[in-house]
Amino acid sequence: MITYEFLQHYWWFLIALLGGLLVFLLFVQGGNALIFLAGKDDRERELIVNSTGRKWELTFTTLVTFGGAFFASFPLFYSTSFGGAYWVWILILVTFVFQAVSYEFQNKAGNIIGKNSFRAFLTINGFLAPLLIGTAVGTFFTGSEFFVDKDAVGDIASPVISRWATPWHGLEAVANPFNVEFGLMVMFLALMLGALYMINNIADEKLTSQLRRSLLVSFVCFLVVFVVVMFQLLTMDGYAVSADGMVYMESGKYLHNFLQMPIVLVIFLVGALLLVAGVVATLLGYLSTRGIWLAAPGTVLAVVALFLIAGYNNTAYYPSSIAIEDSLTISNSCSSEFTLSTMAVVSLAIPFVLAYIAYFWRQMDRKSLTTEELEHTEKY
Amino acid sequence: MVETALVDWSRLQFALTAGYHWLFVPLTLGLAIIVATMETIYVVKGDEFWKKVTKFWMKLFAINFAVGIATGIILEFQFGTNWSNYSWFVGDIFGAPLAIEGIFAFFMEATFFAVMFFGWEKVSKRFHLAATWLTGIGAAISAVWILIANAWMQHPVGMEFNPDTVRHEMVDFWGLVLNPVAISKFFHSVFSGWMTGAIFVIGISCWYLLKKRETRFALASIRVATIVGIIGTLAVMVSGDSSGVHAAKYQPMKLAAAEGLEDGGTRAPFSIVPGVEVPGVLSILATHDLDGYVPGINNLLDGYTAPDGEVVLSAEEKMARGKVAIEAFKQYREYKDTDPTLAAEARARLKENIDYFGYGYIDSREELVPPVNLIYWAFRVMVGLGGFLLLLMGVVLWTERRNRLKDMRWLQWIALLSIPLVYLAGQAGWIVAEVGRQPWVIQDLLPVKAAVSSVSVGAVQTTFFLFVAIFTLFLVIELRIMFKAIKKGPNVEIE
Repeated sequence: MITYEFLQHYWWFLIALLGGLLVFLLFVQGGNALIFLAGKDDRERELIVNSTGRKWELTFTTLVTFGGAFFASFPLFYSTSFGGAYWVWILILVTFVFQAVSYEFQNKAGNIIGKNSFRAFLTINGFLAPLLIGTAVGTFFTGSEFFVDKDAVGDIASPVISRWATPWHGLEAVANPFNVEFGLMVMFLALMLGALYMINNIADEKLTSQLRRSLLVSFVCFLVVFVVVMFQLLTMDGYAVSADGMVYMESGKYLHNFLQMPIVLVIFLVGALLLVAGVVATLLGYLSTRGIWLAAPGTVLAVVALFLIAGYNNTAYYPSSIAIEDSLTISNSCSSEFTLSTMAVVSLAIPFVLAYIAYFWRQMDRKSLTTEELEHTEKY
Repeated sequence: MVETALVDWSRLQFALTAGYHWLFVPLTLGLAIIVATMETIYVVKGDEFWKKVTKFWMKLFAINFAVGIATGIILEFQFGTNWSNYSWFVGDIFGAPLAIEGIFAFFMEATFFAVMFFGWEKVSKRFHLAATWLTGIGAAISAVWILIANAWMQHPVGMEFNPDTVRHEMVDFWGLVLNPVAISKFFHSVFSGWMTGAIFVIGISCWYLLKKRETRFALASIRVATIVGIIGTLAVMVSGDSSGVHAAKYQPMKLAAAEGLEDGGTRAPFSIVPGVEVPGVLSILATHDLDGYVPGINNLLDGYTAPDGEVVLSAEEKMARGKVAIEAFKQYREYKDTDPTLAAEARARLKENIDYFGYGYIDSREELVPPVNLIYWAFRVMVGLGGFLLLLMGVVLWTERRNRLKDMRWLQWIALLSIPLVYLAGQAGWIVAEVGRQPWVIQDLLPVKAAVSSVSVGAVQTTFFLFVAIFTLFLVIELRIMFKAIKKGPNVEIE
């Protein structure tokens, strides 16, 4: 029986899945962050730009679809968070805007500001986008300062429903160390995935050995932040929702969510294990170039699990820290039953879309990228 | 209190982003079809010459494509960042087409663009051709969904207001998808993209003719482009005609403003320029009937009874009923948990007046009139240039077929100088569509001033100037890169 409640959970799962895919696809950003760090000369940098450059649109499109799906399924989040945490989202968008043109422009005659400026834009997006997205997602657990008052629509002079309570409009998120640590965790994860992807995608011994070094450094940083974040997450107070829809603080809420939803816990552990196994095996030389094949599904699974503990099991996924009764839950912020079920039918196309993306990805990447190939074919 | 400055700056920012976006998108839509046609000729004929022709225009396509994507992402998220009240009030309906656009169109574009651009040596000839067509089709599908969303704002259908959730909710998905306004908007916009692509290719090809280089390449490109462009323009005219009928039906104030029609009536005249009118033509265009009634701005503000007996309320009456609707909404919210009888009464009153809900936020009748001069002239620029460009393409095709184009320098100059004109026509069209529907973000249901986010004017000004700087920088760089690439040329022959 497909109930309204089921549809809310189904759509939150899809948001989690898109979130997981997006974080995996941030390997493009991670790769770009390494343009000047792992790429020691122009030839190597060109390899990096062309390796991530053939995939960047998928990441970009996933981000846009993530936004669109959130809008369609949980519009109150769209209006509250985007209109409220204004500066965080604007910053994220601006870094992506620069990224979008930089591939095409960087190596073209007449580009005015020069190749390295555009590569710098790619690098900035490479670091900042995962950091900022991660910081924004951190607030899914720590909360933000906003009010939601639907009665405002009846106030002719001032009908705005969602209002942010601080003039910082999103920048205040960095005042909470957990959010920043969460951002750093996503950033180091992106760096690891970027290195793993390029180790797989580029056939160049020298660059590969530099990428392995980057992988080691980002893995160590990631592990430290990951342990800190997980410790805080499992011990922090969380925003729980009672049967009558009231939001209250529950200590150890996210730990309880893992324990009360053992499947989610298993998904998370399997994901984290695959990720770590992919990295460690690559570093130890067991998997040669195929570490990404473990780390990618691992990332998707772990991120899906984190989204699920944020929104499932009577939890407010976008809490208001100053008016907890205004916190957003999957049931008070979602679209109507009609829209959710209509869109559920639409969502049946997602496996088909994923399948053709995977098919063409294989077609295009049967052979790893080399300098020789770049000399003979179209390139950025 | 929602400040006027906040509304104005938010509108300006949206106009800026949409305006810039529509500099790049129409070329993507049109050039995609032209490039795919060229590649089809290559695959059918097996002539390497056509491969080089295809690859040259594909290179320009790629330079332009990226900036379209960059401006597009701001547009989508701007609904949330700057129009947050709108996002909740109608997100139940409006979010769906945006999500569908992502799932169906953007992934298609992203996947096949990569194959089209980098796959020449990686996939078979036919496979590559399919990817090129699918990139263009993906772009058109994305236009379908975003224009369904836009059309819904112009003519909202398939929804019901729910005072419990305080929003409009979708009740008829197919009503939304098959909205007649969406259908004509789709054809009008996409085919205007074909015009843009065609004029772009013809203009640049004529530059080569003027420079007496790449002649074979230029003439071959012109042949394909004129045919695509003429088909596009004819389709733009047909869909433009139905857009006019829709405006008369659903947004009569937009039509009255576009015509500068103060007082309407039957056999309404069409104004060519101020002072020059053709009697009866507006009635024909708007209603397909010489005796059709077209209300003017004053009629719409004062209220009128149409010859068919339809009674249209005056601005004041609509505003009064809007206030009744909002008051009823407030009472319903107040009593819904305490007094079911009062709540039911309030709900019934709300339902009775819901069609005028948006008018409740309007303070004076003047607010209901969009800026007439701007729309009047934008409409003339759009239609005038459209007619001129059709004529131009006809002449270019005719002279090319008779093998005379390559010696007609004056015509080559006109074609080259027409490139900015096709962009001007496109921008003017969107000015008519979007400025013409002011003050409504959703026709009759939500005015712009009730739709904005609660951010400071300073924040919106900052992002506005930030976007001005970024987009202008991108535009300048794109133009410079394109000029360099064009100057370098396709190198398909030694002359």
